Amino acid sequence: MIGKLLVANRGEIAARVMRTAHALGISTVAVYSDPDAGAPFVALADEAVRLPGSAPGDTYLRGDLVLAAARVTGADAIHPGYGFLSENAGFARDCAAAGVTFVGPSPEAIASMGSKVEAKALMEAAGVPVLPGATITDGTDLGAAAEKIGFPVLVKAVFGGGGRGMRVVHAPSELADAVAGARREAASAFGDGTVFLERFVVDPRHVEVQIVGDAHGAVVHLFERECSIQRRYQKIVEEAPSPAVGDALRAELGAAAVAAGKALGYTGVGTVEFVLDAGGAFHFLEVNTRLQVEHPVTELITGLDLVEVQLRVAEGEPLPESVTGARIEGHAIEARLYAEDVPAGFLPATGTLHRFRIAAAPGIRVDSGVVDGSVVGTAYDPMLAKVVAHGPTRADAARRLARALSGAQLHGVTTNRDLLVAILREQEFLAGGTDTGYLSRHPEVVRGRRRSDDPVRARAAAAALARQAENRQAAGVLGTLPSGWRNVANGPQQVGYAVGEQTVEVGYRLGRDGLRVTVDGSPLDARLLSAAPDAVELEAGGVRRAYTVHRVGGVAYVDGPDGSSALAEVPRFADPNAVAHAGSLLAPMPGAVVRVLVGPGAPVTAGQPLLVLEAMKMEHTVVAPVDGVVSEIDVAAGDQVDTGQVLAVVEEDGS
Amino acid sequence: MPVLTSQLDTSSETYTSYRKAQLAVLDQLQEQLDLAVAGGGARYTERHRQRGKLPVRERLELLLDPDSPFLELSPLAAWGTLFTVGATVLTGIGVVSGVECVVIGHDPTVRGGAMNPYSLKKTLRALEIARVNRLPVINLVESGGADLPTQADLFVPAGRIFHELTELSSLAIPTVALVFGNSTAGGAYVPGMCDYAVLVDRAAKVFLGGPPLVRMATGEDADDEALGGAEMHSRVSGLSDYFAVDERDAIRIGREIMTRVNWRKLGPAPSASPAPPRYDPDEILGIVPTDTKVPFDPREVLARTVDGSEFDEYKPLYGASLVTGWAQVHGYPVGVLANHRGVLFSEEAKKATEFILLANQTDTPLIFLQNTTGYMVGTSYEQGGIIKDGAKMINAVTNSQVPHVTITMASSFGAGNYGMSGRAYDPRLMFAWPGAKLAVMGAAQLAGVMSIVGRASAASQGKPFDDAADAARTAAIEAQIEAESHAFFVTARLYDDGIIDPRDTRTVLGLSLSAVHSNTVAGRRGFGVFRM
Repeated sequence: MIGKLLVANRGEIAARVMRTAHALGISTVAVYSDPDAGAPFVALADEAVRLPGSAPGDTYLRGDLVLAAARVTGADAIHPGYGFLSENAGFARDCAAAGVTFVGPSPEAIASMGSKVEAKALMEAAGVPVLPGATITDGTDLGAAAEKIGFPVLVKAVFGGGGRGMRVVHAPSELADAVAGARREAASAFGDGTVFLERFVVDPRHVEVQIVGDAHGAVVHLFERECSIQRRYQKIVEEAPSPAVGDALRAELGAAAVAAGKALGYTGVGTVEFVLDAGGAFHFLEVNTRLQVEHPVTELITGLDLVEVQLRVAEGEPLPESVTGARIEGHAIEARLYAEDVPAGFLPATGTLHRFRIAAAPGIRVDSGVVDGSVVGTAYDPMLAKVVAHGPTRADAARRLARALSGAQLHGVTTNRDLLVAILREQEFLAGGTDTGYLSRHPEVVRGRRRSDDPVRARAAAAALARQAENRQAAGVLGTLPSGWRNVANGPQQVGYAVGEQTVEVGYRLGRDGLRVTVDGSPLDARLLSAAPDAVELEAGGVRRAYTVHRVGGVAYVDGPDGSSALAEVPRFADPNAVAHAGSLLAPMPGAVVRVLVGPGAPVTAGQPLLVLEAMKMEHTVVAPVDGVVSEIDVAAGDQVDTGQVLAVVEEDGS
Repeated sequence: MPVLTSQLDTSSETYTSYRKAQLAVLDQLQEQLDLAVAGGGARYTERHRQRGKLPVRERLELLLDPDSPFLELSPLAAWGTLFTVGATVLTGIGVVSGVECVVIGHDPTVRGGAMNPYSLKKTLRALEIARVNRLPVINLVESGGADLPTQADLFVPAGRIFHELTELSSLAIPTVALVFGNSTAGGAYVPGMCDYAVLVDRAAKVFLGGPPLVRMATGEDADDEALGGAEMHSRVSGLSDYFAVDERDAIRIGREIMTRVNWRKLGPAPSASPAPPRYDPDEILGIVPTDTKVPFDPREVLARTVDGSEFDEYKPLYGASLVTGWAQVHGYPVGVLANHRGVLFSEEAKKATEFILLANQTDTPLIFLQNTTGYMVGTSYEQGGIIKDGAKMINAVTNSQVPHVTITMASSFGAGNYGMSGRAYDPRLMFAWPGAKLAVMGAAQLAGVMSIVGRASAASQGKPFDDAADAARTAAIEAQIEAESHAFFVTARLYDDGIIDPRDTRTVLGLSLSAVHSNTVAGRRGFGVFRM
């Protein structure tokens, strides 16, 4: 029996694991890095141990520190969550050596699945369908190998992940360069330049099967999940069951996954990933020897708690009847809510999450690692929460999830919410047309609605009117007089807001004949029913809508039935000290400065790289906008910068 | 507190016709206000903008706290004269950084903001309001100086502006000059006399003599910037306390100055969350009869003006032609004197006197709602001592030290104007409804009196009396007096502080009461209350 469980993870998954542990009567220990010191999962744990530093390499990836934390707290088991140490065979071995139960499969199973090539060979031997492929070493005849596989081929790092070092090759002539490039990238990113070739399936579906094994040799599957909608190889919408899988195919997939599990002697929960092509043929992709991010969809359709299953298996119990006899009930869809700027190319977003509220509703589950006031930084994965909906049918689940997301109050950090809602309400998605090419076929979904549409105008008006109400409430004198009253009419009250890159100008006057409001100079047909600092009711075109307005600093977060906006008030007077020097280069996104390539006084030419930023696995080079001289460098390598921060100043020649 | 019950029938034909007539008058008012707002007109405004300058009303809006109210004063000054309506200057009471101030802004689109005799009167009145109510003054300066053709009526009294400014300073009432453009010759003393001067870069010109005059006087060749630019005054002469990079910056600085004056109002604060009237102020328009000879019950107005329509009437059964009582407006306690049936008899005069004395005992500001045809005439009234009783009331009004705010609702004739705290009795603020009439007596009465006097004079001299000529003369006199009694004519001459929409009465009173509470609110003490 586990008495005290250390959760070697952070964020929503740490909290989710602890909740189940607590429900089972198990005490919990959190480990936390410095940026996470105030995180909800730390507060949730019975005890917590600090891992000094912030980079994963200094904290959550430090198996030795985690084990020391287990020792000092007397934890007898460690749950690794996903990511970090979850698929680290060495750590699993260290746990065993320390006499601590590692909640997961055997170190051998983890190790054999860690190498893509070894995993594939093992699966092929167990009769699991695999894609034709070949490992590339220095002596491999590339042409012949590719010919045998058939174009297009995919070049992939053996020890890679997250899409790094991957290349798609459509013709023999591109092959040599692609392989060389992939090897270089893999070598620098993963310390091992071994790559392999594999048949590239165009726009497949990504279907994975949840398996569970116990210490007594039983392995069963808990049906499939589909996770085809991805951006940059990151899943964003996942569901169970897959709309492309019928009973017969489900049986085939399940049998293949169970065969894979048996071949590994798998214990605990794991996931066998497949690619499914349009013809219904499927091939093995990889095994994830851990709990998946998207496990809640399986839980909702089976009614199981997979963390409980993990813990019981780890305690040596056989799989219960509820697992071996599990059945699919309804449909579940999960949306991953990320802090990111979708229109800007999925750039990671940071900031303080001033408000995070997703209303409770039937069939809605929220697994989140954040609360009001959480600071979202660049140190870790920008996922804020998983919002999951369950319903009798897929359409029901999609509709519930879209409503829950669109009504959420997400203030202070840019999120991908609009993208998620757009997907959930898009026709092809609703028809089940979800393969990995979905987002590239639907640029309109990615692009989002334009700012100039009416709901944004109404929300800008609501923001201005709430501010007005607040101004009147806060007035030290004449507070009971009519707002903005004039005996001789002057211009309207005016307030400007920045919404993303653009600005919206709201003009309004409250008089005997009610509200007159213009947005960007054109009248908005709206009647004011009520205005308070945090709530405004407008009637437009005979339709009454209530808006909640949450003002933090100069930013108004407006949520209405027709969507949400963050409106940053443009100050009435420019602060003369805050005006950026001409030629200033501002950080395009939050991140860390990787390299500074020039020094102060250096002559530069337009387009010359000046420094490199990195955020969320992406590098951005900041270049000189004009020919000139670098008059200032305001950052150094290793500095964390925020969007809009001045990085350097270039004086243009002749200026 | 007793609550007023309205008897007004808003579905009656009278109500509808009165309201219609008032709306027509309000339309006429709006037309004139539009002229004042237009200032020098579209062409000059455009030229002004092209110079990168903001019109005075935009400067004002930027200066005021967002969403705060602003009471513009004397907007129809110079109406019916050769000068532009509004008299090239904008004045009013508004809130800047939480401080109620008097704002005085030149309108440079009208003859370069040059000052004529009406601009002077309007400016001096604004400064007086600042002084008596202890309101800081912010000047938005851009004026070419005196309108030279009218210098004879201007030069001597205009010196009073600087007197007032520095007197305000001596009373520790802050004065600020934001200089956007010309401020030359005498105008240069505006930033000179103010506590704080902010000059806008490459726009402010503050000098006693410009380049042509300097050349004439001394032969020196000098440019505007060297003589009076913001840079020079900020770095060299020290006249400028703050150097503003542009107009907005100057306004920003002006707002910041007001956050640092450590302002405390001296009067008591209003009670929190006053209840609005139980009746809609909009209905006031249907109360006022089209014919000024028809009286109306001021309680109907009060029911739509005072907090919660609560009115504690004093001596309701005595001297009933004048309504007196206690109420609250936007949380400020007030005593109200309102004419009911026009004429003031001895009883009304004595009741008013006592009431004013009581208000002074309790430091309660007074509101006068005028609709009076004056003190009663006739043998029995003269013999009953109407002069003595009227004198008591005028004595009480004169020597009362609580703030008075007067509104001329309809008629304001004869000594009733005095007794009801007319302009000559220094009400802190005074406004009129657009249909109001003000004169020594009604036009018809005055013309009739003239006719009777003429006929008597002819008879005494044994001359024949030309009835036809008399009728023509009487009609002409009546027309003249009618025109001169018109509210626009009166306000044009600064005999009040502006014409207001009757529906705004509560708001204007609230703003005025708050303004007067910037100063101490204390009544005269000494004698007890005389029972008349």
